[in-house]
Amino acid sequence: MYSVEKIREDFPILKRKVNGYPLIYLDNAATSQKPQLVIDCIVDYYSNYNANIHRGVHTLSQEATDAYEIARKKIQKHFNIKNSHEVIFTSGTTHGINLVANGFSEILLKGDEILVSAMEHHSNIVPWQMLCERTGAILKVIPMNQEGVLVLSEYEAILSEKTKLVFVNHVSNALGTINPISEIIKKAQDKGAAVLIDGAQSCSHIKPDLQKLNVDFYVTSAHKMCGPTGVGMLYMNEKWGNILPPYQGGGEMIKEVTFKKTTYADLPHKFEAGTPNISGGIAFGSAIDYLNNIGFAEIEKYEMALLSYATNELLKIDDLTIYGTGPDKTSVVSFNIDGIHPYDIGTIVDKLGIAVRTGHHCTQPIMAFYKIPGTVRASFAFYNTKEEIDALVSAVKKAQMMLT
Amino acid sequence: MKIEAIQEDLIDEFSMFDDWMQRYEYMIDLGKSLPIIDESLKTEDRLIKGCQSKVWLNAELKGNQVVFTADSDAIITKGIIAILIRVFSNQKPEDILVANTNFIDEIGLKEHLSPTRANGLVSMIKQLKLYAMAYQAQLKN
Repeated sequence: MYSVEKIREDFPILKRKVNGYPLIYLDNAATSQKPQLVIDCIVDYYSNYNANIHRGVHTLSQEATDAYEIARKKIQKHFNIKNSHEVIFTSGTTHGINLVANGFSEILLKGDEILVSAMEHHSNIVPWQMLCERTGAILKVIPMNQEGVLVLSEYEAILSEKTKLVFVNHVSNALGTINPISEIIKKAQDKGAAVLIDGAQSCSHIKPDLQKLNVDFYVTSAHKMCGPTGVGMLYMNEKWGNILPPYQGGGEMIKEVTFKKTTYADLPHKFEAGTPNISGGIAFGSAIDYLNNIGFAEIEKYEMALLSYATNELLKIDDLTIYGTGPDKTSVVSFNIDGIHPYDIGTIVDKLGIAVRTGHHCTQPIMAFYKIPGTVRASFAFYNTKEEIDALVSAVKKAQMMLT
Repeated sequence: MKIEAIQEDLIDEFSMFDDWMQRYEYMIDLGKSLPIIDESLKTEDRLIKGCQSKVWLNAELKGNQVVFTADSDAIITKGIIAILIRVFSNQKPEDILVANTNFIDEIGLKEHLSPTRANGLVSMIKQLKLYAMAYQAQLKN
């Protein structure tokens, strides 16, 4: 039986006050809060078995290496990845994207085409623009409609034999739209293109089956999934793992070094130069355990109820517009009130202890599409409650009264 | 009126309020009463970087005093600008340059002074002082 009261007990931060009010944390799409179990995991590592991994023969190093590799296996199992060496630890989603973009800079030729969706985060636009500048490849955009849903017929129209790469986020951070990635992957691969899915926004809500999706690359960050910041995962299909060159040189990624030539280590170490975020990786594994203990089906059911409640309640406010109204959404509501700047609303609700995000959410193309400076974004997690949504609605009403 | 005297007035005015909401309501009113600057002055080069909302700041030298006018698309930001303009506009460049900004803390708006806050108050003050510095140099020549 799902008990939000019991779940909230796991998150120490939810007990604090902000500006004299109990914290209401509705900025989960930016980062999630951390359960005690994850915090304890980091403390335990530094208190009891901190050592560098994959190198030492001493006991501590063995223990740390084991724990890190167990975390890799947890990630492998969670995402249903065939081989554990296809799981590459990164510093987060942005790192994973840059690693892949860098690899393709040696593969793409002038005139090759790269497709990105119109609802990408800047981190999934800029690396590809840089890649196009380096290689002479051409960046094309899969458009979206007013509801914030990708237009698949347009996607098919711009896909061609020239398309070498397709990059789409699983879930839009600004709108909450869940993209039909299975269809997108299949259509791209039919034309011989590789696909990278940015899962930064999806993995706290959805448990993707990467073998079933048969995707080439999938990236995500631990910190949106109750794990620590500064660590993430890049799934790279074994085929690409052998083709792409290493991203950074350093320790760990080598097999043999002489001053004439270095041979690179096998996967995944080829892409993991330097000492990684060891405690972060181990705690990422704990976070995955934590989420699976609650269960993604339960989480989804609960969050969908929150989303529909929040949508209905917010729409009762006069002159309020929600952006991202497609049928498949995660628990994100991005909105504006006519004549009020989102920054003003964010400032007032913060004074009432409520954390929301305001601004362009690193998605300026989406804001340009809707001709708005930004939005107020409330993003809900499985530990939020209907009472918190009521508080948000009443705070927004108060802000509206003060600001008009 | 000297800068310090205006700051004292502001501290007095804000001390009448018991809570943040009254302070913000007053600030919003100040923002609403800020004269709107001419659309032709809302140019890219008058935009202050580092703000989540747009802020345009215009400076002119009238006699030996700097006159500031400004606007923003966010009303709370406009209120902050109104306060800054009341303090710093129609003042001599050298007075603007030496003025401190402790009054912002004293009127209970300290949170807006954080450089990580995206409202750009810090950038605004920096820009006001940069204009003052430029006009001071101009007056000396």
